[in-house]
Amino acid sequence: MMNCKSTTQLLSQAQDRKLTFIETSGVKLHTSMCKGCRNYGKQMKQLSDLSSQFVKPKPETKSDTLS
Amino acid sequence: MIEPNLTAPETHNWTHDEAFMSELRQQMLKFATLQLQDASLAEDAVQEAFIGALKNQQTFGRRSAFKTWVFAILKHKIIDVIRNNQRLVPSSSVQNDDDDQPDLEVWDQQFDDRGYWHLSERPTAWQQPSESASNDQFWEVFEACLEGLPGQYSRAYMMREFIGLSTDEICQELETSENSLNVLLYRARSKLRKCLQTNWIDKGA
Repeated sequence: MMNCKSTTQLLSQAQDRKLTFIETSGVKLHTSMCKGCRNYGKQMKQLSDLSSQFVKPKPETKSDTLS
Repeated sequence: MIEPNLTAPETHNWTHDEAFMSELRQQMLKFATLQLQDASLAEDAVQEAFIGALKNQQTFGRRSAFKTWVFAILKHKIIDVIRNNQRLVPSSSVQNDDDDQPDLEVWDQQFDDRGYWHLSERPTAWQQPSESASNDQFWEVFEACLEGLPGQYSRAYMMREFIGLSTDEICQELETSENSLNVLLYRARSKLRKCLQTNWIDKGA
């Protein structure tokens, strides 16, 4: 079974390319048992979202400020 | 009749903000001159970095994000100049910045010998990252964490996550293999993750 190091490497690459079936299965098996890597995987997506927002913040809508 | 004075939000208008652009240029010049010890080489590097960065200016709604990006390009230009001109003695900060293989041992300390998380390093869940996004202090931490990344890491990361280039395009630009890029991006993301964990999440913000 994959360790945390190789799992996190693949979780990073999943942001850049489609993982192979074997890789995906390995990651799924590992993260089903490892909360640390499960969190790491979620945080890869969150980092990506935060980076998009850092570059292009959502403009505040009027309804937010007035209501 | 009085025209309504609509001040456009920061998110759209900064490229027309001459004060901001000129201050940014001054900061870049100061930085480049310090590194290169040559005013005209510094001027050229800043000019090229600006032109390079403005190609993607529409990507950047937030001025501080543009600033981070333009400085990443500038650092790269400075390294180019130093490489092409061996007479110059680069300051240690740029030299270290260009080192692609820093502290492997330190890096690996988050995992044990078998490659599993050390208990203290194991990522814990991030609550409400969307709430952080509306907090200015959070973005200061985010910016500082990005700036703390070694040069090649941050440039690869920004090309991927800011500009949205494909890994093929980044490999061409950085003249590196896909494997090396995967390593760069992995380390950049892991360091950024850890930096946010330490400086934002763990502080209970």
